[in-house]
Amino acid sequence: MFNYKDVLETIDMIEREHLDIRTVTMGISLLPCIRATAEETARCVYDTVCKKAENIVKVTGELSREYGIPIVNKRVSVTPVSLICAPFADKSALIGRALDDAASELGIDFLGGYSALLHKGMADYEQKFLLSIPEVLASTDRLCSSVNVGSSKSGINMDAVALMGRIIKDTAKATADRDGFGCAKLVVFCNAVEDNPFMAGAFHGVGESDTVINVGVSGPGVVQHAIEAIPDADLSDLAEMIKRTAFKITRAGQLIAKEAAKRLNAQFGIVDLSLAPTPARGDSVAQILEEMGLECVGTHGTTACLAMLNDAVKKGGVMASSRVGGLSGAFIPVSEDIGMIEAAEKGVLCLDKLEAMTAVCSVGLDMIAVPGDTSADTISAIIADEAAIGMINNKTTAVRIIPAPGKRVGDQVNFGGLLGRAPIMPVHESSASKFIRRGGLIPAPIHSNKN
Amino acid sequence: MRAVVTVVGKDKTGIISKVSTFLAERKVNILDISQTIMDEYFAMIMLVDPSGSDMELAALAEECQKMGQKIGMSIHVQHEDIFNAMHNI
Repeated sequence: MFNYKDVLETIDMIEREHLDIRTVTMGISLLPCIRATAEETARCVYDTVCKKAENIVKVTGELSREYGIPIVNKRVSVTPVSLICAPFADKSALIGRALDDAASELGIDFLGGYSALLHKGMADYEQKFLLSIPEVLASTDRLCSSVNVGSSKSGINMDAVALMGRIIKDTAKATADRDGFGCAKLVVFCNAVEDNPFMAGAFHGVGESDTVINVGVSGPGVVQHAIEAIPDADLSDLAEMIKRTAFKITRAGQLIAKEAAKRLNAQFGIVDLSLAPTPARGDSVAQILEEMGLECVGTHGTTACLAMLNDAVKKGGVMASSRVGGLSGAFIPVSEDIGMIEAAEKGVLCLDKLEAMTAVCSVGLDMIAVPGDTSADTISAIIADEAAIGMINNKTTAVRIIPAPGKRVGDQVNFGGLLGRAPIMPVHESSASKFIRRGGLIPAPIHSNKN
Repeated sequence: MRAVVTVVGKDKTGIISKVSTFLAERKVNILDISQTIMDEYFAMIMLVDPSGSDMELAALAEECQKMGQKIGMSIHVQHEDIFNAMHNI
């Protein structure tokens, strides 16, 4: 029989501390869908996704009720679409719309994989594909796009970086009536992972099997509560407490992942150990850092706190799951975290500090709104900086940035729901255009030569 | 498959009776039961076997929650594995 403490702790975590399974994401290979024409391929893509994921909403609903733990998002990721439509890249948008229609039919919130992998070079068909992104993101609701522009093994493709600055600007322009919302569905990666369940950066890698279930857990509120309970602990004890908490959270994720895979007739892929915040109070990574002893996130000491948190989460999580993958770390999306929003509004949290934080945590500059007149080259330079951090440190980094049309520092954008709201953050005004326009490849670092 | 029923709320007479009758009517067998008062709050944990019931666990959980609201208690019914996973190595 279970003891009261354990049972009531679990119920408290769920009811008061926002413990939930953040996403159950089904990865689906689209490679068998390639046909002679774009039209036939689009039809097959739609049918395949609808068939494979037809029960995802039903099954996750059942699991959620049986185990008494909320499963917030049901999602699908697919093979990078640029590969599927290589023979007819001019018509990539057709595939994008078919995927969006499938997502809508399934009742899932996002579908990821309108993606391209350009970390070493960019073929003509890939360039055509990239140029379709702004219009496709403007004309679809649930489709997410990501582009990998660098890796520790191959270096950084600066031609792709330069082009992505323009694509992001164009996407913002194409969705100007919604404050550039399209950019919230577009991520630029270095060292993208093939089994990430989180959006907007999820895609189903070509090294994956046919149909896979990847699960992302959450629980910043649970970690914050655990830290609150030991206000005078030293940092070793704090790290230990975070580890123990991460273990419990991850075990819940592992259980749901295995059961979901079984019921959906898919392979169990990975559990992603990320601490993913939401705009709700008490579900914030920033508030964990503040609970650790910072007056406001973004001040001196933030990077150290985040490094410790991120590492402790991984140590606890790794033991709890038989397969760990995805991005696994603490997310710091500004608009999706109430503590980050408030710190940015106060001016304590700035872009430069966020960049430093990304060197020690899971992803990168995420959901950051900048002035609408920020140039494409400046955005490319921001991407290059992030990619460099990822490349040199052998970690995934990403940029999801919104140059909100017509907005200036002091304004804010509001996307609602999980995507939250973001104050417009200032960028440096000095130009990096000459550097960006040089193009070419930043060679892979010396430590990539491990063979 | 076994499930854990948790009943928490302000203490009053007849809670165990109401909950166990409710479960019996739905052919849910109680395997183990443990109850205490913590800071004036009633807390009960039951280990049950719902296999004799016609209801799916998810539906049973929903009904119990509604019944709990009627008697002013918070009632959860969850697959036991969520607790096994989180609290046992």
